[in-house]
Amino acid sequence: MNNIVEIRWHGRGGQGAKTAALLLADVAFQTGKYVQGFPEYGPERMGAPITAYNRISDTQIRVHSNIYDPDYVVVVDESLLETVDVTNGLKKDGAIVINTEKTKEEIMPHLHGYEGAVYIIDARKVSIAALGKYFPNSPMLAAIVKVSGVMDRETFMKEMRSSFAHKFASKPEVIEGNMKALEMAFDEVQ
Amino acid sequence: MARRDRLSGNEAVSEALRQINPDVMPAFPITPSTEIPQYFSKFVANGQVDTEFIPVESEHSAMSAAIGAEAAGARTLSATSSCGMAYMWEELYIAASNRLPIALALVNRALSGPININCDHSDSMGARDAGWIQIYAENNQEAYDNMVQAFRIAEHKDVRLPIMICQDGFITSHAVENITLLEDEEVKNFVGEYHPEHYMLNPEETMAVGPYSVTNYYMEAKRAQAEGLHNAKRVVKEVADEFAKLSGRQYGWFEEYCMEDAEYAMVLIGSAAGTAKDAVDKLRAEGKKVGLIKIRMFRPFPAAEIAEALKNVKAVALMDRTESYNDHGGPIGAEVMAALYRAKATCEAVNYVYGLGGRDVRVEHIEGVFAELEKAAAEGTDSTYRYMGLRE
Repeated sequence: MNNIVEIRWHGRGGQGAKTAALLLADVAFQTGKYVQGFPEYGPERMGAPITAYNRISDTQIRVHSNIYDPDYVVVVDESLLETVDVTNGLKKDGAIVINTEKTKEEIMPHLHGYEGAVYIIDARKVSIAALGKYFPNSPMLAAIVKVSGVMDRETFMKEMRSSFAHKFASKPEVIEGNMKALEMAFDEVQ
Repeated sequence: MARRDRLSGNEAVSEALRQINPDVMPAFPITPSTEIPQYFSKFVANGQVDTEFIPVESEHSAMSAAIGAEAAGARTLSATSSCGMAYMWEELYIAASNRLPIALALVNRALSGPININCDHSDSMGARDAGWIQIYAENNQEAYDNMVQAFRIAEHKDVRLPIMICQDGFITSHAVENITLLEDEEVKNFVGEYHPEHYMLNPEETMAVGPYSVTNYYMEAKRAQAEGLHNAKRVVKEVADEFAKLSGRQYGWFEEYCMEDAEYAMVLIGSAAGTAKDAVDKLRAEGKKVGLIKIRMFRPFPAAEIAEALKNVKAVALMDRTESYNDHGGPIGAEVMAALYRAKATCEAVNYVYGLGGRDVRVEHIEGVFAELEKAAAEGTDSTYRYMGLRE
């Protein structure tokens, strides 16, 4: 039970947090892990707060509850910091990764005194530079992989390329942009 | 050769259906349906199956078309969920009483109202007396394995009844998990070709299906139907044993987990069983003698065997993910308590309603129930109908 990593995603409907959680399950599976990736559905609409979850483990996962004491939290939309208690239950020896243009110092007061590690990344900047459009989920996925260390960079990039090739089979032109977003995000997260 | 993969429960069942390649699939393709007809219709469009997919205008029509197709002699299935199943109600009984081995891929979700799309068992549990065989799954692997076994059970000449293959809405249907799949050829050989003994498109044997039955014959027809369901119990086991030889995964009527020396037990269905197993392990590590029984086959109900499995416990929690509105418990509670009475059991039995409308089930909740059981066994209790996980 100790070798299980639990991740909670906070995003808004339409930003791809659920897709990112499923992609993370996908690539972790490819590295031989047991995985779960699942969304928690409230009222489904664009812009509504949504939560998604990942469990990644060396042994079979039987529990089917949501995650209350995550090792890591990913905040895909900074505005959620005002309305959702994103650090609730987050382990002190874990970490939170936030998509923001602000500095860590500016973000800290919004984290209810969370004592663990805080990472930030400007996913908008990365996404616009790499894709020309704002899709925060690919940068945030790379950021959480780096922060959590669930797999090394090389493996992650290799598996993501194969995952994108499958996912974007009908529009291969977006694969390179998304790969670039992942690479940039891996460097940018701090 | 098994294939390791990661799929959602909806994908897993769709994959089984692709491998089965049924003759006809009528389904209502939009909400409150599931992703299963969507995935399956892609297989149809891509030519991966040669199934006749009928996008009907309602679930009532879906089951009506399934009845027509199956009576004609075609291997038929449909898929639905929640209120979609409620809209099939009349036809569910007709499918069963006409002895038509239709399969239904059901994703268990709450019935309205208040309006809710999340998991509970009120849809299929409401239909528990419709005459269908009901098989439930804890996870995606079981949902897939059960679907592969479905037609072998339903079409068996001693059974010939429709079958529901149930899984928990969102909790397994939308969760991606590891899964081991069989090869296409293995599934094809296991399921076999469908050669119904009697069917309407047989020019050698003209017949009517579903005619009026006068009072002089109606009761005999219903008794014969009950015999089919009785036989299903044996056949479910036989098919499970044969499936185990193919897959290495052994199923039965129910699964016993840490029950050998258990003093406190829980009986439940579906995805919560996985969570409860983690709770059992945790309590076992603390020296508590706890265990659980996960029901796989709810119809027919393996009453005597469950009572036998519970014969040494001091107290048992009967967990219902639905309300019966009878003011004293739910369907699992009613079935198991009746079974315990027949077995002259004297243990305390407490019926819990839980997880309605997707209310999350946590390891801590299950631990709390076991603590309450210990108290009930020590002190006795008049409170045998409770809620778990209710905000108060």
